[in-house]
Amino acid sequence: MAALKLVGRNYTTPDLVAKVTGQAKYAEDFRVDGMLFARLLLSPMPHARVKKLNLSAALAMPGVKAIITADDIPAPAATVTDLGQTIQANMKGERALTSEPMYQGEPILAVAAVDELTAIEAIEKIEIDWEPLPFSVDPIDSLRPGRPTARLEGNVWVRPPAKPGTPPPPPEVQNLKWTEEELADARDGRLPMGKVPDQWTYGDLDAGFKNAALVLDETFVTPNTSHQTLESRTAMAYWQNGKLFLHCSTQSTVQTVASVARWLHMDPNDVVIISQYTGGGFGSKATGTHTSIIPALLAKKANRPVMMRISREEEHYIGGARPSLHGRMKVGFAKDGQITAIDMFVVGENGPYEPQGDTAQSGRIVSLLYQPQAMRWRGVSVLTNTPPRRAQSQPGGLQGIMLMEPLLSKAARKLALDQVAIRRMNAPEGKAQFGPASPQGTRAHATSSFMKQALDRGRDLFKWDERKAASGKRQGAKVRGVGVAMSTFVAGSVGFDGLFVIKPDGRLYIQSGIGNLGTESVSDVHRVSAEMVGVPWEKCELTWGHTGRNLPWSCVSGGSQTTHAHTRAAHAAATDAIKKLQQIAAKDLGGRPEDYEVANERVFRKGGGAGITLAQAAKRAIELGGIFDGHELPKEINAFTKRSATALAGQGLMGVARDSYKHDGATHSFVAGFAEVEVDVETGKYQIVDYLAVADVGTVVHPNALGGQVLGRSMLGIGHAIGQKWVYDQHYGVPLAKRFHYNKPPTILDAPRKMAWEALDIPDPETPVGARGIGEPPVAAGCCAILNALADALGDEIFRRAPVMTDEILTALETGRPTQDPLTAHV
Amino acid sequence: MAVIRDVIPVFELYQPASIDDAIKLLDKHGTDAWVLAGGLDSMDWLKDRIKRPKVVVDLSQIRELKGVREAGGGIEIGAMTPLTEIVKHPVVREKYSLLMEAAELVASPQIRNQGTIGGNVSQDTRCWYYRGGWTCYRAGGNVCYADTPTALNREHAIFDADRCVAVNPSDTAPALVALDAQMVIRGPKGERVINAENYWIGPGIDITRMNVLAPNELLTAIRIPSTMAGAQFYFEKVRDRQVWDFPLVNVASAIKTNGATIGEVRLVVNAVAATPRRLKNVEASVTGKPRNEETADMAGRMAVEGAEPLRHNGYKIPLMRNLVKRAIRGAGATSTT
Repeated sequence: MAALKLVGRNYTTPDLVAKVTGQAKYAEDFRVDGMLFARLLLSPMPHARVKKLNLSAALAMPGVKAIITADDIPAPAATVTDLGQTIQANMKGERALTSEPMYQGEPILAVAAVDELTAIEAIEKIEIDWEPLPFSVDPIDSLRPGRPTARLEGNVWVRPPAKPGTPPPPPEVQNLKWTEEELADARDGRLPMGKVPDQWTYGDLDAGFKNAALVLDETFVTPNTSHQTLESRTAMAYWQNGKLFLHCSTQSTVQTVASVARWLHMDPNDVVIISQYTGGGFGSKATGTHTSIIPALLAKKANRPVMMRISREEEHYIGGARPSLHGRMKVGFAKDGQITAIDMFVVGENGPYEPQGDTAQSGRIVSLLYQPQAMRWRGVSVLTNTPPRRAQSQPGGLQGIMLMEPLLSKAARKLALDQVAIRRMNAPEGKAQFGPASPQGTRAHATSSFMKQALDRGRDLFKWDERKAASGKRQGAKVRGVGVAMSTFVAGSVGFDGLFVIKPDGRLYIQSGIGNLGTESVSDVHRVSAEMVGVPWEKCELTWGHTGRNLPWSCVSGGSQTTHAHTRAAHAAATDAIKKLQQIAAKDLGGRPEDYEVANERVFRKGGGAGITLAQAAKRAIELGGIFDGHELPKEINAFTKRSATALAGQGLMGVARDSYKHDGATHSFVAGFAEVEVDVETGKYQIVDYLAVADVGTVVHPNALGGQVLGRSMLGIGHAIGQKWVYDQHYGVPLAKRFHYNKPPTILDAPRKMAWEALDIPDPETPVGARGIGEPPVAAGCCAILNALADALGDEIFRRAPVMTDEILTALETGRPTQDPLTAHV
Repeated sequence: MAVIRDVIPVFELYQPASIDDAIKLLDKHGTDAWVLAGGLDSMDWLKDRIKRPKVVVDLSQIRELKGVREAGGGIEIGAMTPLTEIVKHPVVREKYSLLMEAAELVASPQIRNQGTIGGNVSQDTRCWYYRGGWTCYRAGGNVCYADTPTALNREHAIFDADRCVAVNPSDTAPALVALDAQMVIRGPKGERVINAENYWIGPGIDITRMNVLAPNELLTAIRIPSTMAGAQFYFEKVRDRQVWDFPLVNVASAIKTNGATIGEVRLVVNAVAATPRRLKNVEASVTGKPRNEETADMAGRMAVEGAEPLRHNGYKIPLMRNLVKRAIRGAGATSTT
């Protein structure tokens, strides 16, 4: 693209004024005539069966209009992907309501009444006979012989092999138990490494360790953390003429249609999703939330609209959480710091439902980020009777990097190497390879990596060498430390569609199917289209947040996909419109289409000759019809887009296309984090004095939004380092830290006193705009820069789990060794 | 009956305009009544539907309960005075800055705007078992869930546990004891005034209450005499988060020096037992000694003698030891929170 007027510049997003003035309506803000309110009855036990249910007293209350139970929830249905592939339903997967709760807090039934007080009083009148079942809230304990498992049939998911030519079967639950011999390491507080179902390897691991000058073998535990979205997963539903209208909180407007249709066994054409504003998702609302069908079912039963508000406590249960990983890393280093081998072993805590990918992803990310010459990964995700795990910003990546970073810092100290230098030496570069080889013998590779440049920039900006010289020196009770950490995560997908119409009023009407969860990508990516067709942003109208308004097929705003996926789609749609504009100009003004260019709201002969305005071209497009105004559509666009484009046909010149640009490699973004902490050794309290994140995210699209993401997600990671966690009473199997002041998400005063970000702004070569996603990689950089700074200040023998809090620091300083047990969950 | 932890149950609301009317209401309704001050403690209990009073007596309309007045050479603070007002009050800032510091470290700005001094000192414990609705000793049952072999008790007591191991979470309470404050209590039979340090009671005396108030009594005011006005003060609170958190341990000291040595001293620690812990032995030992590192060190060690940690709160011993050390050492140490 030529000199850019929009891409790379700040602007006022179309949702901003409504948000800051409070006019923005989230799901909970809607009211409809005759609307009822629903509330949930939650399981008081970690694992149980409903033996007998007596609803009569509740139903007899005058204000109670409907009650639904697990029996009213449609059975899980198979998923048919956009490519036509069928994924069979997991019949043991999570449902909106259940009669065999798998964790304390799981919804059992829902009551719709004229108001919440009536619904609540009705719930208190319901009598349930429970049959308590064995439970486990600790993955390691569950692997011990004779100890209970989360499900009666076992504690791990195993996927049976697929028969040739048939879709993969759903996973099965099996019982995995380790022998006393396999468990022996647990006695010295090291993670035992028994049999696990999954593993991969590449390179010569034995040689790697043999050639190492230093081998470290460390056990570490990462925390379980709730997503803590500002908006809980409230939903409101009503039905009209057989169509469901659902106001909900979601990370994808268009992709929530298919989920809700599948959960309700409906035709997707009969589902309308309305979600203009979503108060955060962090992975927990990827394609909507399965509990959002509860008000839909109640609305059908009661024949009235139903609002189901979700309380903060309920959100702590049904909102899900990041799975912890108990990890053991054996890493070999050459004398110069080069990593010769990594042997990685992880036990993930899965919660009771769908198998989580965090354990496997942790290995791939470690392999990419540290580029070991040889590596083995082994892992298992163990079921527990705790709330369902869901992807959370940098799923698996954060945990893998948390297992590795403190160890790398320790190695640098033992080898007397600089912390930045040891990372730079091992950092990925360019099209770096990662993970195991495929059956064909090839390994995956990144589209590009400029991690080394990010480290170099950070080293300068942070004045690393200067600060390093001052670290570790005690002044009174205070001691400072500096830390650096690397991070990476997936940052882009391909194959989505762009859709817009230039109308005869000369304005650009852009359709966005992207969810608006606060990242601003819902609008940012479309600046590419406006830029390319030469329309000032003031003349662009964005439609988003309502699937009744003809939106194109768009990615889920998860996995940091959107900026990459939809700058590509926007580029494709603009390229399509430019071609059409050139053709119209050639038809009307003579010459060949390629003689014309598009800029400044005009299509005109190159070099400044004859031309027409976009408004005139739009009018001509309607007259010409066919491909020009959307009456004929490209074959390759996704079915969802086809329906929307058909409905918009005839209104002007349509830009519509699927992203089919070449894409060699797996897109990842990278972040280097630098932190300085000040620890009070008499109280164990510490403050983060300064934090800097340097991002390698390709071309910068919207600096303010990028900065918000980099610093915001750094804070998410910092929460994992300084205090956010779950606490469970193992004997009763129930959570104790259910309030913010118990589970401790960081406050504004816990943020670093100074915080800054920087982007390299080097385009990724495998995408036309050069932009990659950013949502996730700052998380581990933030978390691990803090952990490493703490170890720099206090030494390596302080912590073996995160978060690192006052109690851990003080007791370790008193006793001269880490005192917390790294094998027990949720302490 | 199924349990649900949201939406305040129905109750009869009274908003008396005088202390006398409030007392009459409390006397009439006895244990059916709940006293509502700023609401920060009450709303949790009510919204969780764990406490279900038939009657709520809201004190917010009683003017005589609000404000800071100069009286008898010291000050008298109405129990319904918001913490923010105390923090801003010029006399508090000038003469009793210990209380200002303590009040300013309570919770968050929003909570300090709404929360009252009477509520802060009279609040219930934050033990997560008890607050979660478990039928423990304090809730009328016969188990302490926080003191079992598998219990999670990081924030619990290291002193004076008696069946219950919960702690007093107030930040202003230790400051008031250090300032030699008095609590003015009104009941149907009239007014009584007690020393602040006798206001709180441990589980050995009454396991279901944190203070001496009978169901028909109100804390109406707190008097701070001039005894320790303008003394050298030290307050420090250590908490997990920098704002909106309860103390893991806090410490308050008020010291008057005679030349180079410690003259009069009052030293109080909270969040280590069910009541604020005045360290009289330490006070006696440091009196007459120079205010230096050696004295401070001795004070810290002495302070934690007899502490009995639970499984997860052993760190409170070095934490309390070091905080007491700082409180005696004084200047030079800066507060971390």
